[in-house]
Amino acid sequence: MGMTMTQKILAAHAGLPSVKAGQLINADLDIVLGNDITTPVAINEFEKAGFDSVYDKSRVNIVLDHFVPNKDIKAAEQSKQCRQFACKYQIENFFDVGEMGIEHALLPEKGIVTAGDCIIGADSHTCTYGAVGAFSTGVGSTDMAAGMATGKCWFKVPAAMKFVLTGSLPKGVSGKDVILHIIGMIGVDGALYKSMEFTGPGVTALSMDDRLTICNMAIEAGGKNGIFPVDDVTRAYLDGRSQREYKVYEADEDAEYTDVYEIDLSSLVPTVSYPHLPENTHPVTDARDIAIDQVVIGSCTNGRISDMEIAYEILKGKHVKKGLRVIIIPGTMAVYKECLKRGYTEAFVDAGCVVSTPTCGPCLGGYMGILAAGERCVSTTNRNFVGRMGHVTSEVYLASPAVAAASALTGYISDPREVL
Amino acid sequence: MNAKGFVHKYPDNVDTDVIIPARYLNTPDAKELAAHCMEDIDPDFIKKVRPGDIIVGGFNFGCGSSREHAPLAIKTAGVSCVIAKTFARIFYRNSINIGLPILECEAASDGIDAGDEVEINFDTGVITNRTKNETYQAEPFPEFIQNIIRAGGLMNSLKEGSHE
Repeated sequence: MGMTMTQKILAAHAGLPSVKAGQLINADLDIVLGNDITTPVAINEFEKAGFDSVYDKSRVNIVLDHFVPNKDIKAAEQSKQCRQFACKYQIENFFDVGEMGIEHALLPEKGIVTAGDCIIGADSHTCTYGAVGAFSTGVGSTDMAAGMATGKCWFKVPAAMKFVLTGSLPKGVSGKDVILHIIGMIGVDGALYKSMEFTGPGVTALSMDDRLTICNMAIEAGGKNGIFPVDDVTRAYLDGRSQREYKVYEADEDAEYTDVYEIDLSSLVPTVSYPHLPENTHPVTDARDIAIDQVVIGSCTNGRISDMEIAYEILKGKHVKKGLRVIIIPGTMAVYKECLKRGYTEAFVDAGCVVSTPTCGPCLGGYMGILAAGERCVSTTNRNFVGRMGHVTSEVYLASPAVAAASALTGYISDPREVL
Repeated sequence: MNAKGFVHKYPDNVDTDVIIPARYLNTPDAKELAAHCMEDIDPDFIKKVRPGDIIVGGFNFGCGSSREHAPLAIKTAGVSCVIAKTFARIFYRNSINIGLPILECEAASDGIDAGDEVEINFDTGVITNRTKNETYQAEPFPEFIQNIIRAGGLMNSLKEGSHE
């Protein structure tokens, strides 16, 4: 029996000729990641267990991104604890205010994660890096602590679902719409414990930013990881960027999949997930009477330069609807700087938006855009659970940057195809 | 190993944001986290919960964020076991890693109601509903995972070398 792409990467990192779904393995890690919320718990576990060194100071990554610049004293204490740990163990990839970005926008951008890697991160959206052809999955703080100490992690080898993509995306439709469509189709536990392997002729037409967005939300379908094959788009992205040599793994032709879905990208439309689950998807045309109070454009899902670009295309020279709060958050300092250079920032401010330095803040109801009772937000983030962005009666509608920007102009959820 | 307690019952897709909202994630302190456990789905939970009580959910319990603060808050609130039809995978491994007993059992999730008194034998996977005089059989954990649980969590198992 052949192996899936994920199974091949796991077998190689477990030192085994082959693995099969359901097998429990201990695998070597190329990268271990944590943020300012999950790392303090990991540090406590690491120290409680009596470890006094990390397995490789160049492979442990700590990114302060959730509550920075710090929102309150307690958050500041958590950042301080991360800072002191990074200093004590000479963690090379420690990213503090001024250099940080939202972790899953930052690590690919810097070439820290690369094809063929086996990666864990104490953040559920660590599955993002499947876009560059890595096995990458979210874990908890104790796994991070064990990973920092030993360079290893236990895994149950996942079965896989195959998504065969054909065609190409129409104007106004992006990677976000692809993944929302898939989550709507299979449900929030449709890929539970499984890999989501994206393949087919349609892959070549998807940009790296689209792939990062698609893999980012694999967890919202319950998936263990999402993964794309390495092709010319991947190579163009990694060459000159990847800090280490990368390795290309391909699924065997006789690999086994529990489910196979064919998706014609050209048939997709801008898609919106209604509260309070990402699977509650509707075409944007069904959502046009829904009035909103706030728009958020950013996050690890949609804070990259192409996301800023589409927002700029829609907002430039116009003004957002009066009474609406529109918050735009470039995902990394490089994206932030590029927005300044290209004149996006000025256009956003002229349009009545605020532009923040990178932070996860509003996505998880941390700060920088908390909703009051009954308020509604269209957001390019990844979760719309009860209370996710604030009060338990507030509502989050998940959408692409194009839908969010178009909605910012009208104050209602709007179809970007009418303004592009 | 056994657990016994009264049941708090919840629906499908209980996410980690309602188990412990992100507004409280500015501390890793387990007691502070426990004080807000289940706050956004059941504001009275923390007043009602007694040591040994059991949480019963449906499908995909613990979905969403990787925050280990969620099983930590549940464990520190005194809950002795979480039973669900399925668990989201990060919550599942976090619970094992921190030594919070969890069991997947569809029949138990369907049969047990809020307030029922339930006893669990972790060695056999047998769940006994004392209120309804019913029993349900949960799948026992594979040995690899039982070793982690027996050691009291992942970090202890690493120290003991029982993990390899």
